[in-house]
Amino acid sequence: MTAKLVLQNLKHKPMRSLLSILLIGVPVTLILCLVGLSHGFLEDSQRRTRGIGADVIVRPPGSTLLTLSGGISDKIVDWLGKQPHVKMAVGAVNQMIQGVTLGATGIDLKQFDQMSGGFTYLHGGPFQGPDDVIIDQFYADQQHAHVGDRIVILNTPWRVSGIIEGGKLAHIVFPLGVLQEKTSHIGQVSQIYLKLDDTANTAAVVQGLKEKLPDYPIYSMAEFTSLYNVNNIPALREFIIVIMAIGVVIGFAVVCLSMYMAVLQRTREIGILKSLGASQFFILRIILTEAVILGIGGTILGIAMSYGACWLIRTIEPASIPMVIVPYWWPIAGVVTLVGAAFGALYPGISAARHDTIEALSYE
Amino acid sequence: MNSGPIIETRDLRKTYRVGKVDVPALRGVDLTVKPGEFVAIVGPSGSGKSTLFHIIGGLTPPSSGEVRVAGQDLAAMTEAGRTRLRKRSVAFVFQKFNLLPNLTARDNIAIARHIGGFPSKPEVSFEEALRLLGIANRLDHKPSELSGGEQQRVAIARAIVNHPAILLADEPTGNLDSESSKAVLEVLRGLNERLGQTILMITHNPEAAAYGHYIVQMRDGRIIEKA
Repeated sequence: MTAKLVLQNLKHKPMRSLLSILLIGVPVTLILCLVGLSHGFLEDSQRRTRGIGADVIVRPPGSTLLTLSGGISDKIVDWLGKQPHVKMAVGAVNQMIQGVTLGATGIDLKQFDQMSGGFTYLHGGPFQGPDDVIIDQFYADQQHAHVGDRIVILNTPWRVSGIIEGGKLAHIVFPLGVLQEKTSHIGQVSQIYLKLDDTANTAAVVQGLKEKLPDYPIYSMAEFTSLYNVNNIPALREFIIVIMAIGVVIGFAVVCLSMYMAVLQRTREIGILKSLGASQFFILRIILTEAVILGIGGTILGIAMSYGACWLIRTIEPASIPMVIVPYWWPIAGVVTLVGAAFGALYPGISAARHDTIEALSYE
Repeated sequence: MNSGPIIETRDLRKTYRVGKVDVPALRGVDLTVKPGEFVAIVGPSGSGKSTLFHIIGGLTPPSSGEVRVAGQDLAAMTEAGRTRLRKRSVAFVFQKFNLLPNLTARDNIAIARHIGGFPSKPEVSFEEALRLLGIANRLDHKPSELSGGEQQRVAIARAIVNHPAILLADEPTGNLDSESSKAVLEVLRGLNERLGQTILMITHNPEAAAYGHYIVQMRDGRIIEKA
């Protein structure tokens, strides 16, 4: 009967209920989008790194997961290629094009094809000349580019020679020498990928190289890709917590305002219920139940809106912002919202429960 | 009819604080009502009728004096105790009907059952009361779809559904036309005569007051006459 009363109350003021649900849903969407973006970026990076087909990665001294510090002489590439169990060493130049999510890589295409099995071309093919660029389907969609089109990257027009399937190396691929020159890294590479004769030798090779190159971060590819998680991105975890806290505050404020208005509007009804013998707890329970229903509605709407946001982002910026849906965050966002909603309803609920019955009954 | 009183007040006083001024609403009321009686309480505005009802109904505590309702000492009762009294022992019918506007008539009755701690569906025997009230075919309508007389009869149904010892009707015909007023008063008389319901009714209308077994006249916070 309590649920029926609450539902009828919500139905009685549909605009208030829907607006409350919408406003509660917005921070849920915000949280889910932020989580979706961070997971999308990390999963995309993982997938593209795995797609390289290397067994070991050598990075410059002082580099972090997201940043590369300085360069590595390409003489070290040659030296690494001669180490025991190393079948092939491929140097690559990395250059950020937009923020930290959209990067270009310069690579020796023949060597890379040998290591990775090659790109899958959807349109066009490999480089034909020094001003050619290969882009993946996401960046092509984002730029509305086709094979033969000229696109501007790093303030220079490039001819699109091929459009490849996404998920390998980078969204934008240049010839190694061209990007080295363009980024003033002649004779240097950003990182080096090693293909081994047998993956069983990975640990031994990594250990051996660490002894010979103690200043260089050297990882097996499995270890390196496992580093792509929220905890290893500086301040991301804290940022998510801050956004969640903002979500709680918004949910709290929306529900507090909405329920406060509802309590004012229903002062007489609260008096009626108390005249029938409803206890303070009964009144508080009605207000809290209503807030929880609004919170559940807001969570569901927020999840639905996160799908909309994901679709919009994938449509507008498919390469730059690799957002994904992260279902295991739904209950977390839901709990955060419900906590905010419940706390938001406490003051109006207690206020309603403490209404003087006689005054409430005479309220017009 | 049980001879012991169901309502008994002795030197009942109530003073409200309005700003910095004490306003006495009851100045020593002595009243005794036996089970099954139908008592009409009349008097001008400000005579203390509603305050007396509010104390007997457990909506507010007295300032001093004794008041016993259905065997319970209200003067010593906590807020929780007065809430329990309203659940089971005392029920109200108001001038403005005071139905919950979002619920149907049936649900208005069911919520009273629910709050009283009973199953929401009334007992089968309650159908007789509904027939007496003449609202059996109007139960699935919301208050806004009912006439004033129908709303008041739903309010009476809601009031008696938990078999309260006392029904307090505060100007139940005050918002009704004469035809609906008569119908409601006949219902109250029927409840009193056929079900033995104890009723206290505040009214300004002498014709309505005549439905009571006797009339209690109040003025300036005191009972000045019983007739």
